[in-house]
Amino acid sequence: MYADLVHETDDGRWAFGTGFTDPLAGVDTRVPAGIDGGALAMYCRMLGDDALVHSQRLQEWVTRAPELEEETAIANIALDLLGQARRLLTRSGTADGSGRSEDDLAYWRAPHEFLSVPLADHRDADFAELVARVLLLATWRQAVCLELRHGADPVLAAIAASAATELRYHREHAALWVVRLGRGTELSHRRMQAAVDRLWPLRGELYRDPPVVARLPGVAVPAAAVRDAVEDALSGVLDRAGVDGPPPGPATGAGRDGHHGPDFAEMIDELQSVARAHPGASW
Amino acid sequence: MVTGPATTPVEQRAWEVLAGVADPEMPAISIVDLGVVRGITCGNAGLEVTVTPTFAGCPATAEILAATGRTLRAAGLGEVRVVLQPAPPWTSDWITERGRRALAGAGIAPPDRPATAPTGDGSRTVDLDLRPPAPAVCPRCGSRHTVRTSAWGSAACRGLHRCRACGEPFEAVRAV
Repeated sequence: MYADLVHETDDGRWAFGTGFTDPLAGVDTRVPAGIDGGALAMYCRMLGDDALVHSQRLQEWVTRAPELEEETAIANIALDLLGQARRLLTRSGTADGSGRSEDDLAYWRAPHEFLSVPLADHRDADFAELVARVLLLATWRQAVCLELRHGADPVLAAIAASAATELRYHREHAALWVVRLGRGTELSHRRMQAAVDRLWPLRGELYRDPPVVARLPGVAVPAAAVRDAVEDALSGVLDRAGVDGPPPGPATGAGRDGHHGPDFAEMIDELQSVARAHPGASW
Repeated sequence: MVTGPATTPVEQRAWEVLAGVADPEMPAISIVDLGVVRGITCGNAGLEVTVTPTFAGCPATAEILAATGRTLRAAGLGEVRVVLQPAPPWTSDWITERGRRALAGAGIAPPDRPATAPTGDGSRTVDLDLRPPAPAVCPRCGSRHTVRTSAWGSAACRGLHRCRACGEPFEAVRAV
């Protein structure tokens, strides 16, 4: 298997020269009339950076998960998010006419150029935080993607439609763990509650529209369009888990404007280390 | 039904050729029976084949695209262009009956159908089903007395299960 990837290249480097570097190969990426291409590119970078950074944080758990089955789950959720990030970053580079590839955007931007929200940046202290964060981000992201499916940019709508199906089973998996830990032992309940206490306020940032949303009518999803559905879905899980969810905290725009916490640069350095050590390399 | 709505002999031949290309992750099933080959049209510039990946991050996508082009060219069908078609998203309902039998024959339980994923239905709700998944049918003994042991298995598209009747572990394709 995978012989055809070697077929098409002389040196046998896996995936080199096969179109693997373009997750929108052959797709019509022209920006429809009336849509601000620069704004669309920035919006796609926001959603793409959320997925990329969350994926990287999940990958930090591989070889550290509490059991083998969860290791596989975490790695596969991270893989799905990486697939979403690749398409969104590719859409960004085609929408603004810059021609920047997914790799240009993932590996050759400085930390302050990433637009991910603090919830995506967060480094999970334990497994309870990990599942709480997957539940939170997947619930919000699924709601946004369900709306985006009907948006005016057909490329972003297509990316969102397939992402929505993946986010659905990410949510289900995380929700089952939140309920299991919340209703488990006295210790697991305490740690699940602590994780929710720590992370739930961060969703305030999800309910603040960055200025770019107003520049994309009919394309971007305003927070008001999803907030109630997200809150209902989250409280439905927390009720089942017997865990109390604190209200959303204040939103400052941190993250979406490039401001990140102290350990963010370290994560980006790790993410970019191979690409920067071997500029121009392909594999 | 193993081929699409072919209208020309060349298109018909292309469907037949691709029905012989195995999925890289599940070699028992062809890429046509998996439902990822969405269309073949023959125009002035040659054949254009549209492919919809199962999952955005599926690492087999590149191999499927490369194998599709190479196999059609090797079959002497002229110029071939293979393009991604990201919408509508792939659903496990697109796996053909022949594909379902092939999976079961290889010890992999085919997905439940219809899939419950909120695709293409206009739904804007973020409903969540926390009930345990319906037990998969054991591909070896046919029993429904099975239990899921891991939500993910050896690839993103399938999980691990165990049959309580015959005692054997098996994989099942996720219904999406």
